[in-house]
Amino acid sequence: MKTTLGERLTDWSISGFMWGFRILIVFIVVAGTFFTLQSGKYTGEQWIDFIVFGVSQGSIYALIALGYTMVYGILRMINFAHGEIFMSGAFSAYFLATWLNTIGFVDANPVLGLLIPILFAMFMSACIAMLVERVAYRPLRNAPRLVPLISAIGASFFLQYTFRGFFGPGVYAYPPIKALEGEWVIFGVGILKVQIIVAVAAALIMALLYIIVMRTKLGKAMRAVSEDKDTAALMGIDVNRIIVSTFAIGAAMAGAAGVLYALIYRQVNFFMGFTPGIKAFTSAVLGGIGNIPGAMLGGLVLGVFESIGPALFLDGLGIIRPYQLKDAIAYTMLVMILLFRPSGILGERLTSKKA
Amino acid sequence: MKKENFIWSSTKIGLLAGAIAIFLCLVGMVEVFSKRDVIEKVLTLGMFLLLATSILAGFLASRRTSELLDGNKAPSNLLAGAIAGLAMGAVLAFFVLFSNQVNLRAVFLNVTPALMQLLTFNQGVGGVWQLPVLGAVSGLAGGAFLLIPQNFRKPIVQALMVIIFLALFSSLFRIIMINQGGGIERTARTIFSQTGLTITGGLIFFFGTILFSVLWSTQRERVQNSVDRLPKKGKISLRVFSIILLAYVVIMLPQAAGPFIAQVVVIISLYILMGLGLNIEIGFAGLLDLGFVAFYAIGAYTVGLLTSYGEYGLQHVSFWVAVPIAVLVAMLFGGILGVPVLGVRGDYLAIATLGFGEIVRLLAGSDFMARWLGGPRGIIGIQKPCIGTLGEFVAVDVPRVCNGIELGKPQDIYYIAIASALLIAFFSYRLRESRLGRAWMAIREDEDVAEALGIKLVQAKLLAYMLGAAFAGLGGAIFATLVGSIFASSMQLIVSINVVALIIVGGMGSIPGVIVGAIALIGLPELLREVSEFRFLLYGVALIAVMLAKPEGLWPSETISRELHHDEVAETTS
Repeated sequence: MKTTLGERLTDWSISGFMWGFRILIVFIVVAGTFFTLQSGKYTGEQWIDFIVFGVSQGSIYALIALGYTMVYGILRMINFAHGEIFMSGAFSAYFLATWLNTIGFVDANPVLGLLIPILFAMFMSACIAMLVERVAYRPLRNAPRLVPLISAIGASFFLQYTFRGFFGPGVYAYPPIKALEGEWVIFGVGILKVQIIVAVAAALIMALLYIIVMRTKLGKAMRAVSEDKDTAALMGIDVNRIIVSTFAIGAAMAGAAGVLYALIYRQVNFFMGFTPGIKAFTSAVLGGIGNIPGAMLGGLVLGVFESIGPALFLDGLGIIRPYQLKDAIAYTMLVMILLFRPSGILGERLTSKKA
Repeated sequence: MKKENFIWSSTKIGLLAGAIAIFLCLVGMVEVFSKRDVIEKVLTLGMFLLLATSILAGFLASRRTSELLDGNKAPSNLLAGAIAGLAMGAVLAFFVLFSNQVNLRAVFLNVTPALMQLLTFNQGVGGVWQLPVLGAVSGLAGGAFLLIPQNFRKPIVQALMVIIFLALFSSLFRIIMINQGGGIERTARTIFSQTGLTITGGLIFFFGTILFSVLWSTQRERVQNSVDRLPKKGKISLRVFSIILLAYVVIMLPQAAGPFIAQVVVIISLYILMGLGLNIEIGFAGLLDLGFVAFYAIGAYTVGLLTSYGEYGLQHVSFWVAVPIAVLVAMLFGGILGVPVLGVRGDYLAIATLGFGEIVRLLAGSDFMARWLGGPRGIIGIQKPCIGTLGEFVAVDVPRVCNGIELGKPQDIYYIAIASALLIAFFSYRLRESRLGRAWMAIREDEDVAEALGIKLVQAKLLAYMLGAAFAGLGGAIFATLVGSIFASSMQLIVSINVVALIIVGGMGSIPGVIVGAIALIGLPELLREVSEFRFLLYGVALIAVMLAKPEGLWPSETISRELHHDEVAETTS
């Protein structure tokens, strides 16, 4: 192809610009880390705290990210309303847990008191997701790509403000569970019990999902549909049913994540789904969207980065109160991955049409 | 295939409508809207919502019955409508009885005694039987609608729509008319009540619209013929006359309506401005940008820093100098942020730009940038525009004296906003017809084909991005001046979603669509406190509904609606 000097110049200036961008980010990370470590402002114990917090936070992101990744794998669509499904799970669990708490059930059986709200949240989230799929997504399955995305944005707002209408704009305090208070001392480092329980619970749920996807007939069908819808239909798979179950399973995990999130932060609000939703999407893209182990890995990486990032990268550069920019780190990671490696860590490189 | 029984299908529709009715109650719409009347003492807006649901259910059931039984037959259609309405009323009645037994309010905030009073017609639980009866009657009416001859259906629907429209905007019309004084004021007082239409007003408008609509449908050809027969000069003068009339209304509106309405109209015109800007990205070039608020913020902060007489003001220049700079700065940032995302397509672009928007907001509100941007305290004391010369800057927190006319009131900013909106409308109209506009549309349809045809993707996309950013910057600049202060907390994603929603509801790529969308989506919630509570809920519904029913929007551009319906066209021609 014949290229004029002007075109070559634009190409060069753009790639130069992109390289400048990369260098800037790398510089921030390297210089920030260097200065922070040199100043010795944080003790080893604090770093461990950051990492543990990041892992428990990240496992929640991973749980939500699975829903994004599974739906994307099958429908090539960003389920923008997934964060709201997460929020609806937290809300359902809140009401049940409060009731269980007032009748004294939680104190008597702490395990069941934790488990029952989680199961209830999973159930409610799955129901809401199936409803959303039926009303807002299914009729648009063959529409141009932006159409379902806009419909999903609409669904997200609809759910958010429905919950606001039902339960008001206030912040609800998730009831305390006595058994989860306090710390466990592991290798001489005190770690909050909640964080360990959350990480373990998330790991268990993800293991369950992995078994479903890899070992059951349903999982096999799901994998087949995500590979090729039409061929799967020819093989006698009811594609509609598989899509609905994918939504339901993804939503159930988001619902469980909602409860775990509420356990850590102890509050429930109609707007709580937005930020974790975007971050979980970031995790899904980070790990390679459509890729289930990738989503788990991406969640953990994002959680840890976000937790240690402000202290490690920003503090050293003399930025005041770096914690205010915690979310900005996550968003920057999001933009960077979308720009430089849209296929993520584990994903195979998607053709440009798909991405 | 065995056909469904129409009684069962009607019941199903009725139950669904019942669920919707309960939803409307739980979300609080029924109670809040019942503070406003459609027709005074007869029908509140809240009751109207429920009635409209059951009428619609009756209509749908009746239509489904006609499908099942192959044709309209009076008894079965009426029966279907009544069944659907009855089912909905029964569901609602069951809801009332249930919440009488169980304390739902512990979970759902809106199950208030006041709502129960409304649903039982102030008669306590004993009055609950009226719900199914009313449901059946209104469902019957809905079912009967299908039996009315086609020619009469349209006028009736139009008359109802006119009444609802007037009732919703009654406060606006009432204020304008009352401000005129004299006979107009007296008319206003007979037609409009404090909260809606009066009975007289309702009757006048209902029959007036029907009469007009029937007359129009019979006389339209004659009117059109006589317009066509006019000599060329006459046609031109008719056109000039209507433009002058429109301009007069637009110019006089804030004067006639007072500061509150003027403020609302300023906000509408600002959103028209930003809508037209984003329309270039979404509508023309097909780049869904959810980070629009970033450029809005950049425009606002630039004007703030340049003109503020508060502690963060840097230069203290006048509004007229600051705005072009703000537009250029926003455009520059559009380029800087645009270059990296050029390669990202479709829904990834939406998320990447959303990330940008959030980063800008977080940075602007953080303590890190507070030294320059005021952080959470924001920038205050933005100089109002001044026609004439500005006095010297004396000290912090002392506005510069304006020797001339100071455009301080919302009414004054209104003219600036309208003038810029007009300019941009003209600009984007010309752009759409230009070579660049056609390149954008080609990119929207298929990037690879566009590139193969020799369109320079990088250049065209970057230009779309930068122009959109420039308009957003202009919107932010005017907004900052209007409010007189800027806070990072007001630069939420919501602003971007507002703009996206109005473009999509109005019609992607269509310039009049943006105006219609801005009036409907921004104006209505600003005017009606009742609606503004449910603003984003309604946005959500509107986005989904538009995508499901009419992806081209309320006022589509011709090309887009042709594209979205090309299957149908192909079917009819083949």
